Amino acid sequence: MQLTVGPNQFFWPEDRWAQLYEDLAETTIDRVVLGELVCSKRLPFYQNRIPEAIARLKAAGKQVVLTSLALVTLKRERKLTAELIEMGVEVEINDLTTLAYLPDNTVFSVGPLVNVYNESTLRWLASRGANRICLPPELPLKSVGILATAGADLGVAIEVWGHGRVPLAISGRCYHARLHGRTKDNCQFACEDDADGLSVRTLDDQPFLAMNGVQTLSDSHACAAHQVGALARAGVAALRLSPQSGDFAQICRLYRQLLEGELNGEAVVTALKALDADLRLSDGFLTGDRGADWSGQRPQAGDI
Amino acid sequence: MEIVCPAGTPAALRAAVKAGAHTVYCGFADETNARNFPGLNFERAEMREGVAFAHAHGAKVLVAINTFPRAGDEALWHQAVADAEASEADAVILADPGLLDYAKHSHPELRLHLSVQAAAANADVINLYAQSFGVKRVVLPRVLSVQEIAAINAEIEVETEVFVFGGLCVMAEGRCSLSSYATGQSPNMNGACSPASHVEYHDVRGVLDARLGGYTIHRVGKDEPAPYPTLCKGCFSAGGKSGHLFEDPVSLNAEHLIPQLQKAGVTALKIEGRQRSRSYVAQVVRNFRAAVDALELGRPMPEGMLAQLSEGQATTAGAYKKTWR
Repeated sequence: MQLTVGPNQFFWPEDRWAQLYEDLAETTIDRVVLGELVCSKRLPFYQNRIPEAIARLKAAGKQVVLTSLALVTLKRERKLTAELIEMGVEVEINDLTTLAYLPDNTVFSVGPLVNVYNESTLRWLASRGANRICLPPELPLKSVGILATAGADLGVAIEVWGHGRVPLAISGRCYHARLHGRTKDNCQFACEDDADGLSVRTLDDQPFLAMNGVQTLSDSHACAAHQVGALARAGVAALRLSPQSGDFAQICRLYRQLLEGELNGEAVVTALKALDADLRLSDGFLTGDRGADWSGQRPQAGDI
Repeated sequence: MEIVCPAGTPAALRAAVKAGAHTVYCGFADETNARNFPGLNFERAEMREGVAFAHAHGAKVLVAINTFPRAGDEALWHQAVADAEASEADAVILADPGLLDYAKHSHPELRLHLSVQAAAANADVINLYAQSFGVKRVVLPRVLSVQEIAAINAEIEVETEVFVFGGLCVMAEGRCSLSSYATGQSPNMNGACSPASHVEYHDVRGVLDARLGGYTIHRVGKDEPAPYPTLCKGCFSAGGKSGHLFEDPVSLNAEHLIPQLQKAGVTALKIEGRQRSRSYVAQVVRNFRAAVDALELGRPMPEGMLAQLSEGQATTAGAYKKTWR
């Protein structure tokens, strides 16, 4: 199974952003999706560093892919999305709008924010040129298996959300700006101080969600460490890891060791908690009753 | 302008038609539609009778099949499309590209509308849906301002329908798994958001907590009205502040924007609420019908007509005003 690093969902200063890809170039991952997924207003702050990051990753032998925005509404955003293909690398569509701009016979990949729930949608995207689909994080293992089989028949690689805060919703409204009594148009980049999003707690002070501008994420970090065996048997081609602050390259290495059979799921979980003792994990979308559930310490049937 | 009204039951359908609805939308009693609530929606025979009743009174019926078919179980959704056509419904409202593709090829005579659950938020993607599947009308997501709606209409050939009254999603529709994360019930997969089966009220020493999936998201004094704990309208804390961080417990009322929406080129005005009672539906329909009739005749719009129907809740014009963002 391959390892893909998804686009950084958060707003980081440009040097920190560039350092992430510098580190990833030295890490045993296969594929990197980069660019702005969440908010077009962030892009000017690091846009000029993107060509350099692409070149660095390519020189290190990584497949490099550019993401589209998750929600395209403004004229400026439509133009930006239309221009993605001109960068000369594969495009990952995270809003179907992007399809409107891809020339005929363009091969592209599909990100987790496009609703691919069934074989017919997979087939339709394949007919348009999709060669890889990262499935929506809310899909259960059973659906993943059916779609991986359908993908194999059509030559479409199937990827699954493997690690990181789960993108749960996208909005026209910026919650970070709202929290600071501002509107989206006058946000003053309220999201830049929260490198992993801002923790949203319930009235019992229970961590629940994370606010990230127009995006809402889970508080817990999804972790498919206990399911990689089952995912591999289902024919899943790649596991997606989502960038976070701290030693993300080390997180990537742990998952590589898991895929190579050098560590088992439990050892990976232990190592993840050693990196961040407060880390809350979930794998409920794949195998639980609800997304927030965590299969915990129990040995899993899918463990390797 | 066309008034498009919800009907969760055959009785609500008849009430809406009698109250002057130009069009009624409804769904089958299963997970194929995004209001899959217990006791709601139409059996197959009821749909046929409902369509016949509406047609006899000069009204149209749209069938919402707007969840995302489950892998391995698509036949259930395909059957719903076939049954909608057999019931002589005027159109189906779909969200899933795979289901749209199926309907286009297997039911070429059936008129297709794009559900709000597809969240088609710009002219380019709307044109893509029109060209790929022959969609004739798009229900616009609730993230757009009136000016943006006007700009979209200038660039597309298909009709647009916009929500003007009722519940308000603050997240892009069809792209939200908050409910799925907290309860396992998903709007996209199960047609349910913040389901009643996962709601608990706890009276803790005179304070009433409302929990969804075990998460406490409302807290009121025992004698205050307890709002239903819908996730995006819940109470949370973040960054040292607490309150309704995503959206206040408001509902949408854009009645005063009807003339502007008409100028923006909107074809149809949609009322949310298939879960509402027939008397509620009838009253909302009568008021909106009076408003559009006044508009057609160049008379002044009746004002503030629906305030009492918003259940004492505050109302908002939502994203139609740019400052909402």
